Amino acid sequence: MEPGTLSTFLKRGAIWAFIVIELIFFSIAGEFLSLSDKAFMDFDNMLLLFKQSAPIGIIAMGMTIIMVNGNIDLSVGATYALSGIILLDAMSWPIFGSLGDAVIPVAWLLALLTGVLLGALNGLIVWKTGVDAFIVTLGSMLGYRGLVFMYNGEQPTSHLNWTLVDFAEAQFLGIHTPTWFLLAVTLAIWFLMTRTVHGRNAYAIGDNRTAAVNAGIRVGPHMMINFMIIGFLAALSAVVFYSESGSVNPNDGELYELWVITAVVLGGTKLTGGAGSIVSTFGGVLAIQLLRKGLSHIGADTSTVNLVIGLILIAVLFLDRQLNLKGKEELRV
Amino acid sequence: MGALSKSDIGGFLARQGILVAFVVFMIGFTIANDRFVDPDNILGVIRSSAILGVMALGVTFVVISGNLDLSVGSMMSFSTIVVLDLHDKIGPGLAIPVMFAMTLALGAFIGFLVGYLKLNSLIVTLGMLSAIHGLTLTYSGGKNMDIVDKEGTWFGVFGQGTALGVPIPILIFAILAAVLGMTLAKTPFGRKVYAVGGNGVAATFSGIRRARVVFFCYLMSAFCVATAGLIQASRSLGSQNTVGQGLELEVLAAVILGGASLMGGSGTIFKTVIGVLILGFIQNGLLLVGLQFYAQYVVTWIIIILAVWLDIAAKRGRLWSPIA
Amino acid sequence: MSDQSQGRPPVLRLANIVKSFPGVRALDDVSFSVMPGEVHALMGENGAGKSTLMKVLGGIYQPNEGQIFVDEQPVVMNTPMEAKAKGIVFIHQELSLAEELPVAENIYLGELPRKSFGRVDWEKLYAQTNAILKKLNVSFDARTVVGDLSIANQQMVEIARALTVDAKAVIFDEPTASLTDAEKVVLFDVIADLKSQGVGIIYISHRMEEIFRITDRISVLRDGQYSGTLTTADTDEDEVTQLMIGRSLDLSRNASHHELGDVALEVRDLSCGHLYRNINFEVRRGEVVGFYGLVGAGRTEIAETLFGLREPTSGTILLDGKEVRIHSPVEAIAHGISLVPEDRKGQGLVLGMNCRDNITLPQVDDLTAGPFVADGAEIAIFDLYRDRLDIRTPGWRQLVGNLSGGNQQKIVIGKWLSMHPNVLIVDEPTRGIDVGSKSEIHNLIRDLAAHGYAVIVISSEMPEVLHVSDRIVAMYSGELIKTFTSEEVTEDNLIQAISGIRSDSAA
Repeated sequence: MEPGTLSTFLKRGAIWAFIVIELIFFSIAGEFLSLSDKAFMDFDNMLLLFKQSAPIGIIAMGMTIIMVNGNIDLSVGATYALSGIILLDAMSWPIFGSLGDAVIPVAWLLALLTGVLLGALNGLIVWKTGVDAFIVTLGSMLGYRGLVFMYNGEQPTSHLNWTLVDFAEAQFLGIHTPTWFLLAVTLAIWFLMTRTVHGRNAYAIGDNRTAAVNAGIRVGPHMMINFMIIGFLAALSAVVFYSESGSVNPNDGELYELWVITAVVLGGTKLTGGAGSIVSTFGGVLAIQLLRKGLSHIGADTSTVNLVIGLILIAVLFLDRQLNLKGKEELRV
Repeated sequence: MGALSKSDIGGFLARQGILVAFVVFMIGFTIANDRFVDPDNILGVIRSSAILGVMALGVTFVVISGNLDLSVGSMMSFSTIVVLDLHDKIGPGLAIPVMFAMTLALGAFIGFLVGYLKLNSLIVTLGMLSAIHGLTLTYSGGKNMDIVDKEGTWFGVFGQGTALGVPIPILIFAILAAVLGMTLAKTPFGRKVYAVGGNGVAATFSGIRRARVVFFCYLMSAFCVATAGLIQASRSLGSQNTVGQGLELEVLAAVILGGASLMGGSGTIFKTVIGVLILGFIQNGLLLVGLQFYAQYVVTWIIIILAVWLDIAAKRGRLWSPIA
Repeated sequence: MSDQSQGRPPVLRLANIVKSFPGVRALDDVSFSVMPGEVHALMGENGAGKSTLMKVLGGIYQPNEGQIFVDEQPVVMNTPMEAKAKGIVFIHQELSLAEELPVAENIYLGELPRKSFGRVDWEKLYAQTNAILKKLNVSFDARTVVGDLSIANQQMVEIARALTVDAKAVIFDEPTASLTDAEKVVLFDVIADLKSQGVGIIYISHRMEEIFRITDRISVLRDGQYSGTLTTADTDEDEVTQLMIGRSLDLSRNASHHELGDVALEVRDLSCGHLYRNINFEVRRGEVVGFYGLVGAGRTEIAETLFGLREPTSGTILLDGKEVRIHSPVEAIAHGISLVPEDRKGQGLVLGMNCRDNITLPQVDDLTAGPFVADGAEIAIFDLYRDRLDIRTPGWRQLVGNLSGGNQQKIVIGKWLSMHPNVLIVDEPTRGIDVGSKSEIHNLIRDLAAHGYAVIVISSEMPEVLHVSDRIVAMYSGELIKTFTSEEVTEDNLIQAISGIRSDSAA
C-alpha cells in the first residue's frame, strides 16, 4: 500500500462510519430515553430527515466548491434571507398582479437572480481587489444583513401562496420536493466538480494557485463563477424553504454559515483548499441533521445540539490531525 | 526634504489611511449635523462602543499572533448570563471573580486547542461559538436572566457609574487599552506575539515557546470578554442569552479596520481603538443625519472592504489585483 | 554542441535586451543565443539580472528595448501562456504542481482536453499523458497523485509538462537544488535526450561542478550586463568566477593554525528512527567540523536533534563532558547551543520584523528594564553585530525582508552570536547567497573558530566544506561513514564516502 492510502481511506470512510454510529446510538438510546413510541430509524422519520437537511445541504454543496477553490463564504445566511424576502415580496408586487399563479416562476427567478447577483458581487470584489474572501464575505455578511433589515425593518415578510405550498409539500415517489432539490443539486455539483474542466480547475486553483496562474488558468473568473454558484444555491435553498413556510424573519439564516461550514469540514474538505468531495459533504450534511434529530429524539433540547455540534467539529479536527501525524517523524515546531 | 511629491501623499494615505478616513468622517458628520460634535454625544458614542472596544483589545492579540477568535460573542453572552445569575446567588463580590474564572477557563481551553494541539483557529473558535452558545442556554435553561433587586445593588457601577464626570465603561476601556497597548508594544511578551504571528516557525527556532504565547493570547482575549460581559451585565442588570450574538464579527471588523492583518504579525492596540471608534461614530453619525439604523451595516461593509483594499493596494503598489 | 546543429540558426536569440524599473536598469543591453541541441549555462551572482531575464523570456515582463527571436522570427510574449505557445518552456526552481491532483491533470494543467458541455475528455487526457510518460521512462503512471511522488519524480512531472508542447527552448532554473545524486543522473539523462532532439536548453545553476559536467557554453551576467560567453570545454572555474565577480573566489584549504581547546560537544551512539543511526563525533573549542553528505543523509536531522527539535530514539549528548537531555530549542539555547537553520526565510527570520528585533529575539526576555524591553540595550546589541559582521542596512528599523540574502544570513548569524553560544551549528551557510557574501561568511566562520567557538558547518557544497573545516564528517543514508582530518581528506575519498562506496580507506 502506498503511504497515505490508509489515512485517505479512513478519511473518506469516516463520515459514513460516523453516520452509522449515530444511527446505532440513537436507535439504542431512543429505546430508553425517547418520549415517543416510534423507533428512531422509522422510514418516515428518515424521509423527514432528508427533507430537513435540504436548506443547509443545498448551500453546503456550493460551500464545497468555494472551499476547494481556496476561499470561504460567510455571507450565505444573509444571501439566503434576502433571496427569501425577494421571493415572497415579489409575489405581492402590483406589476405581477395580473399573472395569477404564473407569478410563481417569476418570483422564483427573481429570488435566484438576487442570489446570483449577491454572489457575483462577492466574487467580483475578491477578484478585482485581491482582498481575502474571508474578509470580503465577513463584510458582506454584515452588509447583506443590513439590506435585509432595511427592506422591511424588523417585521417579518410574509406571503402564502397555496399552490406553492402544495408544490413544496408534495411527495413524488414518496420523496419530498425539498429532498428532490437536494439530490438534484448534489448530483449537478458532483458532476461539475468531477467531470468538468471548470471543476477540475477549481481543485487546481485551491491546491496551488501560483501554478494555476502560470498555467494560464484564469483564477479570477473561476472564483467569480463559484461565488455565483454558491449565491444561486443559497437563493435556491431559500426558494425551496420559503415556498413552504411563507414567512421570512429578518434574522433567518443567521449562523447558517456555521452549520454549512461544519457540514463541509465534517465531510473532510481541506481547509486550505485543493481537496474535498461532494459525496462526503453530503455525508456531513446528513450527519449533522441526524445529530439534531437524534438529540431531540432522546429528549435533549436545542442548547445541547449546539454544544455537541461545536465539540464534534473540534474533535473531528483533532482526529484529522492525529491521523495525518501517524508514522511521520515530525519536527517539533 | 523637498516639496511633497504625489507618491509621498500616496504613501502617507496608505500608511495612515485609517486615521485620514476617521478624520474625514468626523468632519463630514460635523458639517452635516451640529449635534455630532456635542461633548455629550461624543462621550455617549465612546461609552456605547466600550463593550465592543474592550473585546476588540483582546482579539487584537489573537489576530496578531496569527489566529482568529470567532467565539468572543457567545463567550460574552456566557459571562453576562453567569455573572447575573451568580449575583443573586452568591452576591456581586463573589460573582465577579467566579465569572472571570469561568470565562478564563473557556479561554484556556481554546488556547490549549489552538496553541498546544495546533488546531486550526477558525474552525476551533467556530465550534466554540456554537458550543458556548449551547453551554449558556443550558446554564440559563433558555430563560432571560435578571437581577431581582435592581435598586439595592452596587453592581450597576461598572456599566452606569461615572468617575470624575467620565462614565466608568469609558474608563475601563481606556485603562485596559493603555495597559494592553503597552504590553503589546513594549514588553517581551508583546514582541513574541508579533514574532509568532509573523513567522511561527522562525519564532520556535529562536527559542520562543509558540504554544505558550498563543495560549496567553487566548487568555488575554477571554479576560477582555469577561470584562465586556461585566460591563454589559452591569449596564442592564438583566440580559438575554443571545446578547453577544454577532459581536464576534463586529469585533473582527473593528480589528481589521484598524489595519491588523489576518495573516498575523501586524497591527497595534492604538489602531484597533481607532477602528472601534470609527465603527461607533459612523453608526452614530448615520443616525444623526437621518439614515435608518440598519444602514450602518451596509456602510460598515463598504468601509471594511475599502480599508483592507487600500491597505493591500498600497503594499502591492497597484490598486487592482493582479489576479487574471 | 552536437554536430547536427552546425550551420543551423539559433533556436532562441536575445538581441540588445534592456529592461528598466524606476531607478534601476535591471538588464542593460543583454544579447546571447542558444543553438539547437545546446546546453547553455546562464550564470551570475544573485541580483545580476538572471531572474529578470527569465521573466522577460517567460512573458512576465516586456523588455523596454531589444528583441527576442525564436527560430530567427521576432516574437512578442505578453503572458506566460504566449511564451509557452512560442515553444519556450520553464522548469521552475520551486515546483509548481498541485499536489492533491493526479499526474495527468498536472501535466495538462490549464489545458485539459474538452468534450461537449465543458466536460473533461479523460480518455484523451490519459492517453496523451501516458504517451509522454513513456518517453521519459518513469516508474509512475498518469493516475498517481503527485503528492505521493518523490521530489525527483515531481520534477519529472514538470519536465513532462514541458514536453506537451513542441518545445524549442527549455529553461531549467536550479533544477538540482533538492535532488540526490542518483536523481541528478536521471535528470541529466533527460537533458541529454532533449539535447539530442535538437532542443535548446538554458541551464541556470550556481553549481560549477554540474555546469562543467553538462553544459556546452556558459554565458555570464554581471550587474545587469552581459559580461561574456565561454565555451565550457575551453575554460575553468576561475575564469567563470572572474567573469561573475571580477575576481576569483579563494577556496583554498584553511585548517586551523591555532591550538584547539577542550571538547565542547560530544555525541555518543545517537540514533533517531530511520533518519540516522549510531552517530559518534566530537567538536572541540576553536574547531570547525564540517558535515558533508547528500540531501537526506541525516545531517540536518542531527542538527535539529541537538537543537531540541527532534527527540533521539537512543544515544547521549555531552556538553563539556556532562550528559544533557534537550527537549526544546529553549533548553538547547540554555545549554549554549545555537542553530543557524537551513531555510533562512522559513526558519531563520521573521521577515516582517525589523533588523534589531530579529537579532535580539532569543534574548528578549533578558533585555528588560522593569516590565519593558530595554530599547537602548537592544540597539547596542544591534550596533555591535552590524559593525562586527558588516551588515549593510540603512538602520535597525529596516525590515529584514528588504535585505539581500547575504545580509539576511548575517542577521541570523548575528542573532546567534549575540547569545555567546558554546556550540554554533550553521546549516547551509551560503545557500542562495552571492559569491561576494559567500567568502565573507566563510571568513567569518574561520574567524569564529579562531576566537574559540566550537562550530559545526553543514553543507552540500564540497568546496565550501573543504575550505572552512578542520575535520569533515562524511555521512551517507543516516550513517556516519568516516571522519576525515584536513590532511587526509581528498575530493575523491570524500565523494566515495558520501556516495555509499566503502573503499578500504573509508571502512
